[in-house]
Amino acid sequence: MSGLLALSWQRMDTEIVVIAALGAVACALLGNFLVLRRMSLLGDAISHAVLPGLAAAFLLTGSRDSLPMLIGAAIVGVATAVLSEWIHRAGKVDPGAAMGIVFATLFALGLILIRRAADHVDIDPDCVLYGAIELAPLYREQVLGVELPRAAIVLGAVLLIDAAAVLLLYKELKISTFDPALATTQGIPAAAMHYLLTALVAITTVAAFESVGSILVIAMLIVPPAAAYLLTDRLGVMIVLSLVIAALSALGGHAGALVVPGWLGFAGVSTYSASMMAVCAGGLFALAALLGPRHGVLSKLAGRLALARGIAREDALLLLYRLEEAGAAPPASPAAMLRARHGIGPLAAHLALVQLRMRGLVRPGEGRLRLTPSGRTAAAELLRAHRLWETYLDQHLDVPRDHLHRPAERLEHVTDAGLRGRLAADLGHPAQDPQGKPIPVSGRPDAP
Amino acid sequence: MRRWFSHTSAAPPGCVEGTAAGGRRPRAVATVGLATGAEHPREAPLSIHDMTVAYQQRPVLWDVDYDAPEGSLVGIVGPNGAGKSTLLKAVLDLVPKASGRVMFYGQPYRRQRALVGYVPQRESIDWDFPVSALDVVLMGRYGRIGWFRPVTRAHRLAALDALARVGLADLARRQISQLSGGQQQRVFLARALAQEARVYLMDEPLASVDATTERTIIAILRELRDEGRTVLVVHHDLQTVPEYFDHVLLLNTRVVAHGPTARTFTAENLRKTYGGRLTLLEEAAHALAQRGGGAPA
Repeated sequence: MSGLLALSWQRMDTEIVVIAALGAVACALLGNFLVLRRMSLLGDAISHAVLPGLAAAFLLTGSRDSLPMLIGAAIVGVATAVLSEWIHRAGKVDPGAAMGIVFATLFALGLILIRRAADHVDIDPDCVLYGAIELAPLYREQVLGVELPRAAIVLGAVLLIDAAAVLLLYKELKISTFDPALATTQGIPAAAMHYLLTALVAITTVAAFESVGSILVIAMLIVPPAAAYLLTDRLGVMIVLSLVIAALSALGGHAGALVVPGWLGFAGVSTYSASMMAVCAGGLFALAALLGPRHGVLSKLAGRLALARGIAREDALLLLYRLEEAGAAPPASPAAMLRARHGIGPLAAHLALVQLRMRGLVRPGEGRLRLTPSGRTAAAELLRAHRLWETYLDQHLDVPRDHLHRPAERLEHVTDAGLRGRLAADLGHPAQDPQGKPIPVSGRPDAP
Repeated sequence: MRRWFSHTSAAPPGCVEGTAAGGRRPRAVATVGLATGAEHPREAPLSIHDMTVAYQQRPVLWDVDYDAPEGSLVGIVGPNGAGKSTLLKAVLDLVPKASGRVMFYGQPYRRQRALVGYVPQRESIDWDFPVSALDVVLMGRYGRIGWFRPVTRAHRLAALDALARVGLADLARRQISQLSGGQQQRVFLARALAQEARVYLMDEPLASVDATTERTIIAILRELRDEGRTVLVVHHDLQTVPEYFDHVLLLNTRVVAHGPTARTFTAENLRKTYGGRLTLLEEAAHALAQRGGGAPA
């Protein structure tokens, strides 16, 4: 398959990926601040609302040059943010609805402007929505004697502007996003920073529209930053990761667009690049949600499993110790007893016993598992915690005698040496628990 | 309204007589007399004149007049909805004023930003934001660092010092959602310390914190006061007011009373602050009883 990809890959494919990556990276860079401000959909709103700005720019200049278009977009982008904020405050409308009111109205106004005054302009709605990234390398221009795709030049310039703004104003953007009130009291006007951000989002979306389409723009504003947010808890790292994810999506999406239609029987068709890139970003987000170190589903699951295994190990140690204490022989099947007494499944019980053996806390002897001296010390500390808690619950909280065992069994697993010492001191170093069983003394000399 | 209170409370006749007789007045009394007097309103760290704030049509603060005495620890006390938080925000231009004038050391706030530190309520920010405790404290120095400039090592060290002062040096690298509520509040305080302001405005820094944090914060507030800074704290726990604050500002839309805690924080003033309606009823009952003569209630 990779051989197939290598065969069909051409210079044009590289150019498509570079153009898409430039757009994706520019969007993701700004998207970080939108996502953290919980205003992810502002990008979506702006990308629609800028239409009257584009139409007005065309009507005023009579051309479709990039610069007037970008300026028109920036003005309307800021107007969208200002109007949304104003409607939100004055009309007691929630921020999302306020944004919806503004962008729907502006978008419709833009459509009317285009229909009425500039019907002959070719602003193709399909093209805006889905983009035509496969055609982007065809429109070329000379820059400094090198012939480059026009989209790459425009997107490269916009990315430079965005990157310069974020680098220069990094701490100002950070504080305005995190704590607007504090920013304002420090002389950094949070509102102005927000409008600057919206202006940048407006020119970036407009620049990226034509070549990569609005679906990809909206995806790249939100998905890579959201995925990066799951992977780290540092803003700088989050931004860098989001850029990497955006670029990877561009590459993976285009490669996927070349290969996947083949699997489905549409050999040679590759007009899905922009959509595939958005899907690819979604896939990377899913990976981040699964594997993220702190918020990831799997790491949370792993943490819970590790905790459960630790408790099972301690239960097994205690079981063997109690049997020893009662003078009984080691059990033929400790796993069965763990299941009967603690509800630990056979697999988990087996795993716990294997881990205890690997740690040298138990050892088989005469066909049965027995505690080693260090296993005995560890178990004694656990039992000490258990019986100290029973004493404490009895003396201080008046828990009925026949209800002491359960809570003590839970507490014994989370009681460290320091807490054991304080419990013992508080209770006056008792020798026996309420049922008259001996409380093991801490730090026996037979510890290894 | 403010002036009535400061005149009646600032210069009790006994004090004046004591001075005239040539006896050495106890120092504490002298300080109190100076601090509450209105002789130097222009140099007050914070001077609020005729300030009114309204949301929609409803006034939240009405005709507030207040001069904060320099080097004092002031508790701002009043019932829910009395406008305590709004007072701080309006003074800092975070909410618009309908009327009135606010001066810090005789200058409007926009010229004195560097001298004023603000500690907002803990709920006001997103604690899941990807920043460490140190990052948050460093933000207290952004105004000082200036536009476009990067954070330098010296600022980093100052922020670490501030964290150490609130006992959180070990947790500098920790993401802020992984701190306890009390630790988060101390991070906020460290951020204010890093600002090195002369006037501090703090919105409920002691709300739902553990006992250790409360002691730490109060100790630091006292240190700030002893260094000559002026600290205004919105506080909700009436029981601890006399212990923590040397001045109080009793607020319920209007300023009910202000001055040294010992003389201002009285049952009478508290009733006026918290039980406006109750007072009216009591007065009405009193008037009725007088007019009706022998009629039994």
